[in-house]
Amino acid sequence: MNLTLYVWRQNGPEDKGKLEQYEAKNVSPDSSFLEMLDEVNEELIEKGTDPIEFDNDCREGICGTCGCVVNGQPHGPQEQTTACQLHMRQFSDGDTLTLEPWRASAFPIIKDLAVDRSAMDNIIESGGYTSAYTGEVGEANQTLISKPDADYAMDAAECIGCGACVAACPNGSAMLFTSAKVAQLATLPQGKIEAAERVNGMTEAMLNAGFGNCSNHYECEASCPKGVSVKFIAKLNREYLKALPK
Amino acid sequence: MILDGKCPTGPIEKSWDNHCFNMKLVNPANKRKFKVIMVGTGLAGGAGAATLGELGYNVEAYCYQDSSRRAHSIAAQGGINAAKNYHNDGDSVFRLFYDTIKGGDFRAREADVWRLAQVSNNIIDQCVAQGVPFAREYSGLLANRSFGGAQVSRTFYARGQTGQQLLLGAYQALARQVKAGTVKLKPRTEMLDLVVVDGVAKGITYRDLTTGEIKSSWADAVVLATGGYVNVFYLSTNAMGCSVTAAWKATKKGAFMANPCYTQIHPTCIPQSGEHQSKLTLMSESLRNDGRCWVPKRKEDCEKAPGDIPEDDRDYYLERKYPSFGNLAPRDIASRAAKEVCDEGRGVGPGKRGVYLDYQSAIERVGEDTIRERYGNLFDMYEKITDENAYKQPMRIYPAPHYSMGGLWVDYNCMTNVPGLFAIGEANFSVHGANRLGASALMQGLADGYFAIPNTISNYLAGVKPGEVTDEHPEFAKSREDVQARIDKILNVKGKRSVSSFHRELGKIMWENVGMARSKESLTKALEAIPALREEFWQNVNVTGDSSGRNGQLEDAGRIADFLEFAEVMTTDALHREESCGGHFRTEHQTEDGEAMRDDENFTYVAAWEYKGEGKAPELHKEPLKFENVKLAVRSYK
Ligand SMILES: Cc1cc2nc3c(=O)[nH]c(=O)nc-3n(C[C@H](O)[C@H](O)[C@H](O)COP(=O)(O)OP(=O)(O)OC[C@H]3O[C@@H](n4cnc5c(N)ncnc54)[C@H](O)[C@@H]3O)c2cc1C
Ligand code: FES
Repeated sequence: MNLTLYVWRQNGPEDKGKLEQYEAKNVSPDSSFLEMLDEVNEELIEKGTDPIEFDNDCREGICGTCGCVVNGQPHGPQEQTTACQLHMRQFSDGDTLTLEPWRASAFPIIKDLAVDRSAMDNIIESGGYTSAYTGEVGEANQTLISKPDADYAMDAAECIGCGACVAACPNGSAMLFTSAKVAQLATLPQGKIEAAERVNGMTEAMLNAGFGNCSNHYECEASCPKGVSVKFIAKLNREYLKALPK
Repeated sequence: MILDGKCPTGPIEKSWDNHCFNMKLVNPANKRKFKVIMVGTGLAGGAGAATLGELGYNVEAYCYQDSSRRAHSIAAQGGINAAKNYHNDGDSVFRLFYDTIKGGDFRAREADVWRLAQVSNNIIDQCVAQGVPFAREYSGLLANRSFGGAQVSRTFYARGQTGQQLLLGAYQALARQVKAGTVKLKPRTEMLDLVVVDGVAKGITYRDLTTGEIKSSWADAVVLATGGYVNVFYLSTNAMGCSVTAAWKATKKGAFMANPCYTQIHPTCIPQSGEHQSKLTLMSESLRNDGRCWVPKRKEDCEKAPGDIPEDDRDYYLERKYPSFGNLAPRDIASRAAKEVCDEGRGVGPGKRGVYLDYQSAIERVGEDTIRERYGNLFDMYEKITDENAYKQPMRIYPAPHYSMGGLWVDYNCMTNVPGLFAIGEANFSVHGANRLGASALMQGLADGYFAIPNTISNYLAGVKPGEVTDEHPEFAKSREDVQARIDKILNVKGKRSVSSFHRELGKIMWENVGMARSKESLTKALEAIPALREEFWQNVNVTGDSSGRNGQLEDAGRIADFLEFAEVMTTDALHREESCGGHFRTEHQTEDGEAMRDDENFTYVAAWEYKGEGKAPELHKEPLKFENVKLAVRSYK
């Protein structure tokens, strides 16, 4: 199949950037979206043009490195699928695709489709953990955890930290990302002790990094490649209320 | 040179505890004066950096990804072993130790494996305390599953993404230390040289992958936790950025590379679909718990739809050949069996390089819902990639390069032969011998990171004056010049062939000649083809752009240049090892029914290779292996 691409090219954070047109020719429907970009890049290199820069690593939908906005949708049209797991059979011959980086004030653009997501690490550094020193812990089966609680925590822990939720949100909010970690740890006995400190620290870091607030658009859940639910945002809000000074 | 692994002596059951007691300690108040560089933030590096930070050392942790949470460990699916014996099925530290030694085809060090088995239980405790959401029973207790190469149920898991959850646990522990100020993270950096001063590792030189700057950093000790090298085969289950670069740069500065020919080809991966393919996707080994491997008995049936082939015309080859382990035979054995039936012309799917992994009888036994609960995400992933529904028709799978058992030579303290340079996780060679069992790489990464290195590094640092050598030393400036010169050399070739075309070609050479079956003939052929390709690379590679900012092509070119050098040592090792063991199968050395034939008399040693310069043959050093607690035996899974 043949496709026309409009790709955001921006040579560094200071550059203004613009969309450039490329043709992707003889694309196999079995190839992945990133393999299609690899082939476009091979052609650009042959012509002496700088290839399109995009972040990726595992190409299995788990590391959270890849991601771009395809025709307005983070990670493209297929539900619960990262850009690297999106396959070209999802498109048709003759389609036109517009590729843009995640756009959010907290994610400065590095080059082309690659952005700086370190603000998300800062959120985790502000309390997204339990304070368990190595070796200082009890036997694993000493504390029972009900299967529904363990499953709920795992549902939240599915987040791969790709940032699609932020890119999808009209407010550039990182609420889904933050809430997933808050909910996971607040549900488990090991995380309960520090729950108040954690939710305060993480929400403060989120706001300081320039992420917006949640006004219930639910675009985050719709774009999440792992199907992380907005119910965790409700949980975050409850944890936040619980943590208010009495 | 005969190498000494410096293993503790005395009864194995007490070896690690006694060793810990005998090690020198660094006074708590002095720890912050010592600077440690951790290269890599996967399970090994993340756990190690976090724990060293907790202890009070001043740690700098590097990774090439944009965040320490994205190391390749994240992709591990199936699970992590521990000898908890929660199922009362006869498991014990000794059994895990024994299984690992036997699984590795008696080519690993006993003491290292004992330590691994012993601390495996502490790992599970630690991860639970971090909030890792392991699978649980309705009772609230932790759940277990079985994995290849073991007859007990000792594998802990978090759905199909155990590696992700364990890594996030380590990442969060690391984040806590970042906040505490003990660890500084350096994401989007790539180590491109080891700085050695007077024979001692004193720092690294790295490229900032965003700005392109070449910088150095000094340390009192350097730890490499940089993962494995099977991307030398181009197509593998590893992430795109995984490379031998860090380990290879250390090799070029004097560290020995041990057993590089031991590579694991994983039996259950999605077969290649075409030339565009950039990587292969693993389908977790846990699938073999319920799935049955088969191919048609007759070649003529291979084109038929699997549903049209009656039970009697199917060859469940693993169950037939290995009745006691059946579909749970270890990886090397399962992979070779798959290759064999495909070589006989009985493979299925495109190019007839595939076998079926069938769930029909499991679905009949326990129901589709249970299978969905166990493997749902894997079935989904399979469908995304192949457009086939594995609940309705069998999966097609084929072996693919997956893991490197070989790596930097280290002693019992995880220290290489270069004082001050340590290696942990997949980057070292120590515990898996010639074949790794499922769910034991995660165990090793965390054992090395949480429990081994924090103890053993103090023994070294106790004898070092902190900050004695800093990046003021002229070796650092020289190292930066060398790194810049190599980058300039790559950029100045301005040839015609893309970087990835070289990688593809190298991969083909390695897969065809140094892959699942090796012979003197194929290895000799590879030893001619590799240097020729390397030469062409330096004449004809085409990297656009410059080195002053982000340049993905340049990064890849550097990694491929290193693979092109490393591949030769790997092949040399495979050629010298005139026996078959684990993942290293020499066609000259097999039994009548095609099983691997070891030569214990002549090859019960670790082969550690010293780099002697380009175009020169590497020098072999041996570390003899002693087996005092396990009897050397023919490894049988029949
Ligand atoms: C698909 C898949 C599934 C797996 N499933 C399982 C499983 O179920 N159970 C199991 O036990 N094992 C499994 N394994 C194996 C296991 O995941 C790995 O062996 C293990 O995670 C390796 O951990 P590590 O910390 O040694 O290295 P990695 O996680 O690979 O980390 C390497 C680190 O080094 C950094 N790095 C590398 N080179 C440089 C450089 N030059 N400069 C700076 N940084 C560098 C990287 O950025 C990264 O942070 C699986 C592997 C794969 C590929
Ligand atoms: S590259 Fe890892 S999620 Fe896409």
